[in-house]
Amino acid sequence: MVESNRGAARVLVVDDNKVNRLLLSRSVELQGHHPATAENGRLALEMLRAEPFDLVLLDIEMPEMDGFAVLEALRADAQLRDLPVLVTSSLEGMDSAVRSITLGAVDYLNKPVNPVLLKARIAATIEKKRLRDELKAMVRRFATSQVVQDVQESGFALGGKSVVASVMFADIRGFTPLVESQSPEETIDLLNTWYTLMFDAIQGHDGVVNQMIGDGLMAIFGAPVPLDDHATCAVRAAIEMIDLVEMFNAERESAGKPPIRIGVGIASGTMVAGYTGTSKRATYTCVGDTVNLAARLESHTKEAGRAILIDAATREGIGNAFVLESLGGVQLKGKASAVEVYAVTL
Amino acid sequence: MCGLLPPLFPRMNAMTTPTPIDIATFEALKQTTGADFAAELADTFLAEAPAMLAELGRARDAADAERFRRTAHSLKSNSMTFGALGLGTMAKSLELSGVSAVGRGDVPSLDELAAEYARVAAALKGLAHG
Repeated sequence: MVESNRGAARVLVVDDNKVNRLLLSRSVELQGHHPATAENGRLALEMLRAEPFDLVLLDIEMPEMDGFAVLEALRADAQLRDLPVLVTSSLEGMDSAVRSITLGAVDYLNKPVNPVLLKARIAATIEKKRLRDELKAMVRRFATSQVVQDVQESGFALGGKSVVASVMFADIRGFTPLVESQSPEETIDLLNTWYTLMFDAIQGHDGVVNQMIGDGLMAIFGAPVPLDDHATCAVRAAIEMIDLVEMFNAERESAGKPPIRIGVGIASGTMVAGYTGTSKRATYTCVGDTVNLAARLESHTKEAGRAILIDAATREGIGNAFVLESLGGVQLKGKASAVEVYAVTL
Repeated sequence: MCGLLPPLFPRMNAMTTPTPIDIATFEALKQTTGADFAAELADTFLAEAPAMLAELGRARDAADAERFRRTAHSLKSNSMTFGALGLGTMAKSLELSGVSAVGRGDVPSLDELAAEYARVAAALKGLAHG
């Protein structure tokens, strides 16, 4: 809900007829909502793309861009396709109503609109949107916005597909002794702060955190939404993560708490990405050798004494954008042969 | 003026009542939106309607059927809002039948529409500000 007062919604009234605009705006206002107006479909779309609204009252017969074209444009726009639209029109015949509903309108109200019916429709539609917004917010606590978008666009189906992406594993070094030296509340507080900082860095570089396991996390760059420079994004995110941890440590130090250290492993290549689980409970994840390699690299940061380790494919993907140090061929656990490993110099 | 006029307004005489505004509709508008707002809205209509009538004439003369239909549609919508049922019915008739007439190059007269609007305007002024 786009609210300024509790329960008040922003409603866009789109009508080329001034009397209708005034009258519909008045009805909206009398219900305690905030109306804005547009004289045609083109202006309406500009406003809808520039600022958030909760509901559109849309006329059909308009110059420049009619109501049908607006409905089609909204349906094609991932950001606006869920915005509820009530069509208000005095076009004759059933065809306009059928076409409006088919194009996604919530309802079709004939003009002059019965004020009691309009009031009920506005209230019900805004309430339904509020509940949907709440549900979306709740879903986003458990799934990333990219995954939500992917499911909305492609539908949910268990199964995977081959993608080329970069995978990152990160965790807090020496977490177990740290947990043992502080209260459970402090531990949860520490984890929440750590996740907040890491999410900011990862999402800020178009990555998706798809797993949180204790003090560790797994992030994907390039799936479910493809990313051309996934390796560069992953390394940039890792460097920012280290910087944020340093700032966090300065705060901890002033509070008399020990600093934390993190390790990050990044590998790039082909992997299988998709939804695993059951039809009732599933998660979006990636599996394959590349994913295993990233996990091994993260684990190897302890022995290597480096914060960020990457594989040869990631190195190839980032070009000369970063200063790297070759650690040569490293025999990682679970790998049949030695793997070329590079440390990112901070 | 041409012979098309009678079929364009088939129910005009039946709808042209002694009071050109349906009082119940206008009272309901006042009650729903407030008397002051209803008066302002009526003033807006009275300020815009002459331009609509003029636009209808221009669209007819230019044989622009689409513009003619759209303008008649808008006039119908506003008329019905204020309970100007006769004017609204005439505008609706133009919206539905006038298009083909204009498209054919026929020129329906708008005199009766203008006369009915004059009656509506006088009555609406009285109701809104009386």
